[in-house]
Amino acid sequence: MAELVNLTIDGYQIQTAKNTTIFEAAKKININIPHLCYHENLSIYGACRICVVEVEGRPRLEPSCATIAENGMRVKTNTARVRRARRMIVELLLANHPEDCFTCESNQVCELRKLAYDLGIRSLRFEKGRKYHYKLDLSSPAIIRDPNKCILCSRCIRVCLEIQAVGAIEFVNRGSKTQVLTFFNKGLNNVECTNCGQCILACPTGALREKTIVDEVWEAISDPKKFVIVQTAPAVRSAIGEEFGMKPGALVTGKMAAALRRLGFSRIFDTQFTADLTIIEEAYELVERIKNKGILPMITSCSPGWIKYIEHFFPDCLEHLSTCKSPQQMFGAIAKTYYSQKTGIEPKNLYVVSIMPCTAKKFEAKRPEMRASGAQDVDAVLTTREIARMIKETGIDFCNLQDEDFDEPLGISTGAAVIFGATGGVMEAALRTAYEVVTGKTLERVEFEQVRGLEGIKKANIMLDGLELKVAVAHGLSNARILLEEIQNGTSPYHFIEVMACPGGCLGGGGQPMPTNFEIRAMRAASLYREDEDKPVRKSHENPAIKKLYEEFLEKPLSEKAHHLLHTTYTKRGRY
Amino acid sequence: MKIILKNIEKKGYLPDINSYMREGGYKALKNALHMKPEGILSEIKKSKLVGRGGAAFPTGLKWEFTYKTKDFPKYVVCNADEGEPGTFKDRLILEKDPHLLIEAMVICGFTIGAEEGFIYIRGEYFKGYEVLQKAIDEACRHNFLGRNILGSKFSFKISLYKGAGAYVCGEETALLDSLEGKKGQSRVKPPFPTFVGFNNKPTVLNNVETFANIPEIILKGGERFSRIGSSFSPGTKLYCLSGDINNPGIHEIPMNVSLQDLLERYGGGVRGSLKGVLPGGVSSGLLTPRDLDITMDYPGVQKAGSMLGSGAVIVINDKHCMVDLAEKCVEFFDYESCGKCTPCREGTKRAKEILINIAQGKGELGDIALLKELQEIMFDTSRCGLGQAALNAVRSALEKFYDEFEDHILRKKCKFGVCPIGKDI
Repeated sequence: MAELVNLTIDGYQIQTAKNTTIFEAAKKININIPHLCYHENLSIYGACRICVVEVEGRPRLEPSCATIAENGMRVKTNTARVRRARRMIVELLLANHPEDCFTCESNQVCELRKLAYDLGIRSLRFEKGRKYHYKLDLSSPAIIRDPNKCILCSRCIRVCLEIQAVGAIEFVNRGSKTQVLTFFNKGLNNVECTNCGQCILACPTGALREKTIVDEVWEAISDPKKFVIVQTAPAVRSAIGEEFGMKPGALVTGKMAAALRRLGFSRIFDTQFTADLTIIEEAYELVERIKNKGILPMITSCSPGWIKYIEHFFPDCLEHLSTCKSPQQMFGAIAKTYYSQKTGIEPKNLYVVSIMPCTAKKFEAKRPEMRASGAQDVDAVLTTREIARMIKETGIDFCNLQDEDFDEPLGISTGAAVIFGATGGVMEAALRTAYEVVTGKTLERVEFEQVRGLEGIKKANIMLDGLELKVAVAHGLSNARILLEEIQNGTSPYHFIEVMACPGGCLGGGGQPMPTNFEIRAMRAASLYREDEDKPVRKSHENPAIKKLYEEFLEKPLSEKAHHLLHTTYTKRGRY
Repeated sequence: MKIILKNIEKKGYLPDINSYMREGGYKALKNALHMKPEGILSEIKKSKLVGRGGAAFPTGLKWEFTYKTKDFPKYVVCNADEGEPGTFKDRLILEKDPHLLIEAMVICGFTIGAEEGFIYIRGEYFKGYEVLQKAIDEACRHNFLGRNILGSKFSFKISLYKGAGAYVCGEETALLDSLEGKKGQSRVKPPFPTFVGFNNKPTVLNNVETFANIPEIILKGGERFSRIGSSFSPGTKLYCLSGDINNPGIHEIPMNVSLQDLLERYGGGVRGSLKGVLPGGVSSGLLTPRDLDITMDYPGVQKAGSMLGSGAVIVINDKHCMVDLAEKCVEFFDYESCGKCTPCREGTKRAKEILINIAQGKGELGDIALLKELQEIMFDTSRCGLGQAALNAVRSALEKFYDEFEDHILRKKCKFGVCPIGKDI
C-alpha cells in the first residue's frame, strides 16, 4: 500500500498519497486552484505562479502545482494575500497581452480571459496596449503561431516534446524578450513540426490556432459553377456536439449531416466510405507482405502527423509504412475520378471539402503526392472547430436538428469505418477484414477488445487460422517512437502496427473542440464504439457501395488503378 | 586578521603553486587526507562558517547533508559566477590565489565522497579562467588533483566551465542547469542541490569565498575560527567597497566591523556627504546614515531591513537622486530576469516602466502604491532570489526617500538634476 500523508487544506483534513502535490490534494476537497502553466498530462513547470497558496511556516507563497504535500502541512488556498497575488500576476500577463478579444480565434476558449474574469480583474493598472510587435509565424499550412498572444507557459513546448517527442519549438532569449520559437526562427513549416496541433489544444490563449480557410469554403459554396461536396471524418461526429454545449461524446451523426446540408454543401458524404476502402487495400497489402515475405512490421498510414513524424525522425523506416493513402485522400481521388465520371461533373468544377478532427490534414491535402486526379484531390480541409463556427455563423440550431442521412454512394459506410476515429480502430477494422481474407471463413465475433482503450501502447496476438498475427497499437508520437526504436534495433516482434499521432487517436486530434482531455477522449471513443455496434454492416469488405466501386471502377484490391489512385509514396525529410 | 588575503597581500606573491606551497599551501589537504570525513565535518561545523554567496547557509551542515546521502556519484561545484553589481571579491581569489580554491574543493570532495568538481566561472573573467586553468594543471602535476591523490585512495578532478553572461546563473539551481548544458533557469526547490544537484546527483555548491576559508579551518581548527569576529557569523568577510568612497576596493575584515568603521577606517571616508548604502549590491535594500552603527554581519544587516548578500557595499552620496537609483537597479533586473516566472519577467518590466515615467515627470501618486504592491507580490511569488529581491532597492528607496518620489510626481522636479524630468527627452 502506498504511503499516505495527512495535511490540512483550508481547514479540511486530507489524506493523500505520498508525493502528491498540494494542487492535486486540493482537488480532493473540490478545489480547482486557478492556474495557467499547469497541465494534467504534462510535466510540472511551476512558472506562471498563479496557483500559489499559503503554507504555514513558509516565508513565501508556494506554487501548489510544484509543492509536494507533507505530513502536518497546513495550507490555505484562499486568503487575501493569495487572492491579491493571483490578481496581480494575471494583471501583469494582461498588461502584455493584445486587447483584441473581440476578434481573437480563442475568444470562447481562452483560459487567460476566463481567469481574468473569474479573479475579478475589472481594470488594468499597468500601461495598456500592445507591447510587442512580433511577426506571426504563417509558414505552416496547418498552424498559425502568434507570439504576441503567448504568455510563455510552455504548455506547447511540453506537449510537443513530452507527448509527441518532436520538440519543434523551444524558448529563446531571456527575460521579457523570451519567445517560443522554432529552430532559428525558420517557421513551423520548415522544421520538424508534424502539424498535429496538440500545441493548439494545450495553448491557454490564442497564440496557437489552425490556419482557417472558412472563407474559401464559403466562397466555393456560393460559386454557382462549383459543385461542393463534403466528407466528414469519423471522429468529428463524436465531438462536434461539444461546440454546441452538448455532453462530451454526444453522438450527432445525423444532426451533423443535417447541418452540413443547410450550410449549402451539394452532397454530404462520409470519409468513412473511404475508410472502408482503406481497410480493404491495407488488409490486402498486409496479407501480401506476409505471404511474399515483404517488409514487416507494416505500419498504418492514415495519420498525416504520424507520417511527417516518421519522415523526419525515422526516414530509414519509411518502407514499413503501408503505401495506402489516408481515407481523406482516397476520398479526394475517388471523388474526382469515379464520382466525377459517374455524375458527369467535371473534376475542375468539383470542390472537395473535408471536415477533419485534425490540423495535419491541411498539410496532407497540399502534399504534391495527393494529386491523383491531376489537380489537388481535396480542395479544402476544415477542422471540427472551423465547421462548428460556420454552423454558428448561420444561426442553425444544431442541437434541435432532425437527423438526416448521408448521400449515396460516397456516404455509405460500415461499423469498421466508424471506429477509425479511436486509437486501435484501424487495427480492429483491418483485423475484421484480414481474418476473412486469410481464412476464407466468416468472423462471428467482430470485437477485438485487446486493441481498444487509452493505454499508450497496446499489444495483441491474433490467431488467423494457423497464422499468429502479432500486432501493436500506439497513439501519441512518443509511444510511436518506442515501437519505431524497436524496429530500428531489429527487436520488433510485430507484423502490423497502428499509429495515430494524437493521444486517443483522431478523436483527440488537434482540430477537435476544446477542452480535449483524458475523460473527454474516453467519452468520444465510447460513442464511436456505440455507433459501430448499431451499424447493420460492421466489416469494411461488406460495404455494398465499396463492392460496387471495385466492380465498376477499381476492379480489385491492389489493382493497377487502385495503386495509381489510392496508394502513395513518402519523402525522407530528416532533421534540421 | 587575514584568512583569505593572507597570501595575496604579501609582496611578490604569485598565483603559482610554488608560491602557494611556500606559504604552507596544500598542508590542509595533506592533513585532511589523514582525517575521517566525520572529523572534517565536525571542524567545519564547529567553525560556524556560513556561505559567503549571500544566503549564509551553514557550510558544515550543507556538506553533511551531501555526505550522508547514499546516492553516487556526488559532485562539488564552485559558484564563481560572481555577477552582483558591486561585487568583485571572488575575482581577486581566482586571479591571485587560485590554489586556495582548488585545495578547498579537493578537501570538500574527499569529505563528501565526490570524485569530480566543477568551477562555474563568470564568462567575463577571462584572466581568472586562464590563471585557474593553469593552476589546475599545476595541481594535477603535483598530484593534488588526479588519481590517488598523494598516495591515498582518493581521486578527484576539477573542470572549468565558463558562464555565458547571465546574472541568474549565479543562483545555484540555474547554475546547475547551465552547467548541464541547459538554459540557465532556476529549478523548483526543494529538492535542494545537496540531495538533487548536478545531473540530479547530490552536490555541494559553494561560493569561492566560502571555499577559501576551508584550508584555514582544517589547519587551525574550527573552534579557533568560530571566535573570529562576529559570534553569529564568524570569520572575516571580503567587503567590496565601491561608489562614493575615498578608498574603494576589497577589504578583508572580521565580520564584527560596524558600517561606520567600514566606511571611515577602511574605506577612507565617504566622498561628499553620505546619503545611503547598498550593503549587498543592487538586490539589497538601502541603508541610511541612521544605520551607521550596525554590525556588518548577516544578522546585523538583516535587522536593519537589508541584507549583506555577497558584501557589495555601494556607497551613495547626496548628489544622487533615489528615483534614478531605483530605476537603474530595476533596469538591471529587467535585463537579467531569466523570463521563466511571470512575476519576475513581467514585474521587473512594469516596475522599470513606472520608474521611467516618474523620472520623466509622467508619474502619478497611484504609481507608488502600485510599485509597493508589485514589490510585495514579486517578493512573495517569484521562483528564485532574483525576482524576490529585484525590487528591494525600490522598496527601501520608497520607504526612506519618499519625498524625492513626491517631488518628481507632484512638483515635476528632480532637485539633483539627474532625472530627465523637465529636460528635453
